Amino acid sequence: MASALQAVDVRKSYGPIQALKGVSLEVGEGELVGLLGPNGAGKSTLVKIACGLVRPTGGAASIAGAPAGSPAAHRALGYLAELFRFPEWLSADELLGMHQQLAGSDGGSRERMRLLELVGLAEASAMRVGAMSKGMQQRLGIAQAMVGGPRLLLLDEPTSALDPAGRRTVRRLLEELRGQGVAVLLNSHLLSEVELVCDRVAIIARGEVVAAGTPDQLSHAGGVEVETSSGTRLFADARREDAPQIVRDLVAAGDDVYEVRVLRSSLEDAYLEAVGDS
Amino acid sequence: MNGVRIIAVFSLRESIRRRVFLVVGLLTLGFLALYGLGTWQLFKSVDEFEPAIEGVEARTVAGATILGLAMFATLFLGTILAVFLTLGAVRGDAERGLLQPVLVRPLRRRTVLGGRFVAAASVCGAYVIGVFLAATVITWAFSDWWPDRTVQPAVQLAVAVAVISALSLAGSVALASTANGIAVFMLFGAGLTAGLLGQIGEALGSRTLDRVSDVVSWMLPFEALYQAALSALTADTFGFTRLAINLGPFGGAESASPALWPWTVAYLALVGVVAAWAFARRDL
Repeated sequence: MASALQAVDVRKSYGPIQALKGVSLEVGEGELVGLLGPNGAGKSTLVKIACGLVRPTGGAASIAGAPAGSPAAHRALGYLAELFRFPEWLSADELLGMHQQLAGSDGGSRERMRLLELVGLAEASAMRVGAMSKGMQQRLGIAQAMVGGPRLLLLDEPTSALDPAGRRTVRRLLEELRGQGVAVLLNSHLLSEVELVCDRVAIIARGEVVAAGTPDQLSHAGGVEVETSSGTRLFADARREDAPQIVRDLVAAGDDVYEVRVLRSSLEDAYLEAVGDS
Repeated sequence: MNGVRIIAVFSLRESIRRRVFLVVGLLTLGFLALYGLGTWQLFKSVDEFEPAIEGVEARTVAGATILGLAMFATLFLGTILAVFLTLGAVRGDAERGLLQPVLVRPLRRRTVLGGRFVAAASVCGAYVIGVFLAATVITWAFSDWWPDRTVQPAVQLAVAVAVISALSLAGSVALASTANGIAVFMLFGAGLTAGLLGQIGEALGSRTLDRVSDVVSWMLPFEALYQAALSALTADTFGFTRLAINLGPFGGAESASPALWPWTVAYLALVGVVAAWAFARRDL
């Protein structure tokens, strides 16, 4: 089966500015991939190319095997833009109904109610978009993206307007979707969120993928710190497996050991290291 | 076709829910009331007026002139409606983030344009037909005069605003809302000015002015359609009455060339193809 998303050597220039300089990225079926990077790194451009909203200057992107931007690709994806707005005069239920029509979904009112329940808006189905808070609109946006049961969700900063409880709801939702085999490309500035839910992370800076891997791979070991009677000692190259031998050596040398800490760099450290001074 | 229908129905619902039709309807009633008052006063004066030239039917001259004025006002109102329904359809809606969620659905961009055009052209067409027929009935009620053609000018007006809708929609692909609105109103003004120049050219016997008017009418066929609609009001009127009408501000309009309808269809198709081509290449 084709990957949910495949981007091969995607390039995009806006006049003399190269927004993307040959990005390759793959999101497998049911995989949750986080896209990280500083402002202006090219993350949203990549997502928009995958959606067919922006035409690449070079390279190609495909959704479930269909060229990005084609109706077949659009049938397989759901998208929530970073900056979006829905018609204020529509109710939540009407908005989802319209997107069901556009997506060719025959889920009817059951699908609409299920989606509104998933994002915690079941009570607001008759509420007009214009009367909703930004957070409610963002949750409605996520529900809208899920209309028609897409194979791939492209979410561009889906939690930027949500409070902590709303973020937790979205995290659980993403995990549930992964369980159902839905692939997700999550573009977010919230590293902790990405670290918590994503299977893999790609870090983009200056239009290039500068680091990629699982959160564990990216947040590598940072040494072992030991508190002894002669003070705190740092063994920078040591790993978790080296800790017992370090303790034995210190005790043999006559030191009392009070505490041992295995240090790991966080995803934030890895991110900052990867993007440099972008 | 299903996508066009969905977008068109959605656009119409938006106009209804935003009370566009309510506002336009109320203002149009105000316009028709004023028109009725003016027509009543005009024909009161005509009744007391003996034609200066034997053989001139004063009621026909007055009726054709006042209905010509109503036709101009109707086209203007229809143009305002067409422009406001379409001026931000692409770039404006994209800048507000309204368009992207729709465009990632499985439908072609040209389908979205088609739906918006069908909605705008239907609404504006129905509007100008309704206002023109109402003005015709009001004119008849106060004068007993009925134009030589009714359906033909009504349809020509409707197609004229469809052309304006298409131009405005095409402009919305490239221009921001305000710039697009200004551009379309300038085109509208240029078309009408060219028509007036043509009438002056005919009265003066100036071939240059005639040619300028002809070229502009082909480039902006809503002007040719409007001229043809005006001309159709008195299509069967001849003699001194015809001469008197031609001397008026809405006289001297040229009747439709046989090529006008095919050219209008081709023009709409051309504008549609160019708009769809530009929209397909636009980054959003």
